[in-house]
Amino acid sequence: MTRPNQTEKEPIELKKISDNVWEIPKSGEMKVPTRIFASEKLLEKMKQDRSLGQAKNVACLPGIYKYACVMPDGHEGYGFPIGGVAALDVKTGGISPGGIGYDINCGVRLLQTNLTKEQMYPKIKDLLDALFKSVPAGLGGSNITVTTEVLDGLLNNGAKWAVENGYGNQDDLDHCESNGCMEQADASRVSDKAKNRGRKQLATLGSGNHFLEIQYVDEIYDVETAKAFGITEKDQVVLMIHCGSRGLGHQVCSDYLREMERTFPEIIAKIPDKELIYAPAGHKLCDDYLKAMSAAANFAWCNRHIIGHQTRLAFKKVFPDVELKTVYDVAHNICKVEEHKIDGEMKKVYLHRKGATRAFPPGHPELAEAYRSVGQPIILPGSMGTASYILVGTEEGMEATFGSTAHGAGRVMSRHEALRKFKGEQVKKDLEAQKISLKSASWKGVAEEAPGVYKDIDEVARVSDETGIGRKVVRLRPIGVIKG
Amino acid sequence: MKPYKFLPHTADVRIEAYGKSLEEAFINSAYATTDVVTDHSKVAAVVEKEFTAKGENQESLLYDFLEQFLILIDADGFLLHEIKSLEISGNKLSVKCVGDSYSEKYSVHTHVKAITYQEMSIVEEDGKFVIKFIVDI
Repeated sequence: MTRPNQTEKEPIELKKISDNVWEIPKSGEMKVPTRIFASEKLLEKMKQDRSLGQAKNVACLPGIYKYACVMPDGHEGYGFPIGGVAALDVKTGGISPGGIGYDINCGVRLLQTNLTKEQMYPKIKDLLDALFKSVPAGLGGSNITVTTEVLDGLLNNGAKWAVENGYGNQDDLDHCESNGCMEQADASRVSDKAKNRGRKQLATLGSGNHFLEIQYVDEIYDVETAKAFGITEKDQVVLMIHCGSRGLGHQVCSDYLREMERTFPEIIAKIPDKELIYAPAGHKLCDDYLKAMSAAANFAWCNRHIIGHQTRLAFKKVFPDVELKTVYDVAHNICKVEEHKIDGEMKKVYLHRKGATRAFPPGHPELAEAYRSVGQPIILPGSMGTASYILVGTEEGMEATFGSTAHGAGRVMSRHEALRKFKGEQVKKDLEAQKISLKSASWKGVAEEAPGVYKDIDEVARVSDETGIGRKVVRLRPIGVIKG
Repeated sequence: MKPYKFLPHTADVRIEAYGKSLEEAFINSAYATTDVVTDHSKVAAVVEKEFTAKGENQESLLYDFLEQFLILIDADGFLLHEIKSLEISGNKLSVKCVGDSYSEKYSVHTHVKAITYQEMSIVEEDGKFVIKFIVDI
């Protein structure tokens, strides 16, 4: 009754281009080759699932330029691999919801503080308690419920809406990708189903790999750039927020996947994987999806912005003199209209980044003023208990990966296996032995997100640095974690 | 016959559900999906819900049917306990089910973000229906 999944698993021909860069040459239906940015160790992991076959499928999309790219933390996803980057022409290409993912604008926000880890350790339990109360995790509903009219305003205006309504400040907006608002957003393109899923979830963390983490600066690789990012010394405490657009974004993706499936049966018949469905450029559905996806992205920016605000209030309860400033907020599941130099010519493209972070170089006109001279901060979250990194965008990355790099550690072990191998209580004890405190809505969730289930973040950061697609600036280590 | 089982998948959850009829296999798929969130057998039977779904084929019907439970969780805080009746006719179905509103007495493992088409299949063999699918969490 159904056709088998036609995504190739193995073997796939790989050509070494340079250290940590591999190519799958053009063959069959591929319009361009595939470039993989990985060490041999990371590549081995990718060969164990369908990542590479999915990257080949992406290379078959119409209007695709140069290469379909896979970032160092790539793994199997739906349609696109996670860690997939593709530039599709705005006239001859299109947009594929599978190139963004269900969690539209899942991303990371980093705030710096004027505290040190020595000040933090004695108070960490109090702070986690205060944060746990102010930022709902798991199935817990939002403290802020909004009417449809208010929600529409929020979807159209993104984090600007939050500032206008008393959450956070202008400085937060100035330090956020796209200033926390995608201009194309149109709430009227978002279904009532999606709005109803998101209505009670504003400023909530959700579950899975989403978290709130208190960290300290463990190592500074580039003092000048770190200083520009507000990171001035070792042991400085920072706060990382990882979450997305919640049920609203998931439903937008699902609604448009289904609508595209109904509208373009001839495309479905041609593509190797249903989840790779796309709306051709120029079709109303392509424009509508871009508007709805942008609205969902705005919802996510509002979430992280308001969570940042709530976090500030929680910190103040424990440290009355604390100051928290947003370093940056980046999306890692998004599609944007961008201009890229291709064969010496500037081309307008639908730039898909799925489990990939934008990494713009110094001087890029889309960068926040504060970072225009140094380049864009890239926030690379690790897994629970491991390091995280701040990287910076480069010219090489602009050329090699359309200004993109990794988004985190990437899973290597199934949740199923994680549950067999780890117990939540034991993971907590192990973390405590490393002076990392943990609070979670679910023990099972803790086991599923145990540090051992992810790729080695240090390896991912190293490959990003060595291939030049995102240079290392700062390494962070956790002190306390709230897991969604 | 075990009604459903969970199989390994790197990032998400792979489900295989069975039934002597298509309806039974659909119902077991819904229970398995709910179990990813919370043990459906422990949810009280206090709130009733009814809905209909329509697909273009069996797979999309299954997709829309299962997605409805995700929408009920997020929009209404509704956790499924039991499907009282499910009628499938062609590419349409109607459901009556019972469950409870989420409260802290229910231990929740994780959210399900979405049902996916990845490796989805609905197969009938020797009078037994097997449904395979992956949910994104």
